[in-house]
Amino acid sequence: MSNRNIPDEHGRFGDFGGRYVAETLMPPILALEQAYEEAKIDPEFQREFDHFAKHYIGRPSPLYYAQRLSEYAGKDNPAAKIYFKRDELNHTGAHKINNCLGQLLLAKRMGKSRIIAETGAGQHGVATATMAARLGMECIVFMGATDIERQKPNVFRMKLLGAQVRTVTSGTATLKDAMNEALRDWVTHVDNTFYCIGTVAGPHPYPAMVRDFQTVIGREAKAQILEAEGRLPDAVVACIGGGSNAMGLFTDFIDDKDVRLIGVEAAGRGVETGLHAASLSGGKPGILHGNRTYLLQDEHGQICDAHSISAGLDYPGIGPEHAFLHDIGRAEYVSATDAEALEAFQLCARLEGILPALEPSHALPRTLDLARELGADGLIIMNMCGRGDKDVFTVADALGVEI
Amino acid sequence: MTHRIDATFARLKAEKKSGFVAYIMGGDPDYDRSLAVMKALPEAGVDIIELGMPFTDPAADGPVIELAGLRSLKAGATVKSVLKMAAEFRKTNDATPIILMGYANPVHHMGYVNFAQAAKKSGVDGAIIVDLPPEEDADLRRAFEANDLALIRLATPTTDDARLPKVVQDTTGFVYYVSVAGITGKALGKSTSVSEAVARVRKASGLPVVVGFGVKTPAQAAQIAKNADAVVVGSAIVDRLHKDGPDAALALTRALAKAAHHA
Repeated sequence: MSNRNIPDEHGRFGDFGGRYVAETLMPPILALEQAYEEAKIDPEFQREFDHFAKHYIGRPSPLYYAQRLSEYAGKDNPAAKIYFKRDELNHTGAHKINNCLGQLLLAKRMGKSRIIAETGAGQHGVATATMAARLGMECIVFMGATDIERQKPNVFRMKLLGAQVRTVTSGTATLKDAMNEALRDWVTHVDNTFYCIGTVAGPHPYPAMVRDFQTVIGREAKAQILEAEGRLPDAVVACIGGGSNAMGLFTDFIDDKDVRLIGVEAAGRGVETGLHAASLSGGKPGILHGNRTYLLQDEHGQICDAHSISAGLDYPGIGPEHAFLHDIGRAEYVSATDAEALEAFQLCARLEGILPALEPSHALPRTLDLARELGADGLIIMNMCGRGDKDVFTVADALGVEI
Repeated sequence: MTHRIDATFARLKAEKKSGFVAYIMGGDPDYDRSLAVMKALPEAGVDIIELGMPFTDPAADGPVIELAGLRSLKAGATVKSVLKMAAEFRKTNDATPIILMGYANPVHHMGYVNFAQAAKKSGVDGAIIVDLPPEEDADLRRAFEANDLALIRLATPTTDDARLPKVVQDTTGFVYYVSVAGITGKALGKSTSVSEAVARVRKASGLPVVVGFGVKTPAQAAQIAKNADAVVVGSAIVDRLHKDGPDAALALTRALAKAAHHA
């Protein structure tokens, strides 16, 4: 599924990644790695993935020229053409299901019947519950009490899909605590349980495996832009929480040195305020949830709370491959604030008739900046990785509107 | 220094008894009260002290230890303040081994070499870093070896025969056998499988085997101590300390130690 030759056999992307888990989880992680290595070269596994991707998820997703937004960017001076990779049109409304499809097919192959997952905004939880329903598996989703309160529609969706939603009240009761709780569950039920991690983080092989299942995004986008424009884009842009949609878009362009890779982190109320989720811009290397990567942490190495209007970006870490691409200078990482994302959300709705999720709403303002910077001949692909229907209550609340 | 660990197990062997290891969270509920409890542990029959270093995200622990860590952090605990506790303890006790127990990030943040040197200076004998499996502990191990500290590894019910040699290789001090695949403070593993595992780990490592996770009562401590070189109790003591105060926690500790010693 990917021709990338990193990570190495220790799960390392340069100094990042690895397998920082308690001994109880080492054997299952090694078994998972072996099962994945076998599956990814098995044509039958690939065929099954492609079949569901096409007929169930609705792939390929369109590559769409966002003409009015491009014209808006160029209203004073000529600006680049902006394309959206429309992964928000996938079944369940986000890119998350690409990964859940891959992992749950792998779980089935490994004979694991009980699926667990963590979720923040609920998109990964819904996608996992969806694939588990389709494949006839038991599904338990761990979700922080704080997130359950602010994402009620997704909680009910998961229940309708037959999943159990377990409320996590430990720690700060958000995504990182949901992940702690999923790890605790896994360590207690290692025999029959498969942990479906939602992003390119966690112990090896998760960062590589999740990336590989998401690379379908960039592979399609590359073929589509060549067909539409006859050339590669100048830049590809994606928002980053853990970074799975960004790795999915970036991976097929990493060897195309002239294509800029731009990740947009959530700056919350501003990186300078300390209330943000920008691990690369405002964090330091550390060890959490099985991998070494950039983390939001205090001067004693305790993990700090992340802050973002987008529950999907509200995580104090970032996938280790992003940490690596950042350190070697291959990808650029910038950020956008809550306020910028809110404004872009409304702009995109009015100009393009697309309600973006709050996550890709963070990528939009930097995409507009870049369009102006590149000028008339420029060409950009932005990953529209999720739809905003789930966010209308949050947006209304932020705008002071009662609905 | 591992000599305190070796001397402790040699003494226990001479006395023909199993040892008792008590875990407390450093700095819970605050520095002074935690230190007072720590100082009283040897008198209550504790042979080895496991001193927890708090972490915001203790993914291998159950709610009792997690909440203790959060209380401790709220009271201002850091790796350095826990080391200070150890140093204070050493002023009046030069025999009881102190094993730090915690997670990688605060240690990584301090720097492995700095941590090892500071631990040594504080009179610490070794450490268990839960999320540093053999695949990831080489850097810390080097720093520990340079400072004559024991880096204790965990063996678990999922550690099969093929993997066990890798886990016990280069291990010093003792091996910590986790009685059950799970988190701290939950149910105890089946006694038959625990005794088999202890024999297996002892044979592979040539070191004393200490068993923990899920031991709560004197009866359970006695049962485990029949086979293990020492038995660890953490959550039950931490919980009693939180709910009923130091006297009750030390009374429980005495009962557990007595049960382990006389098994």
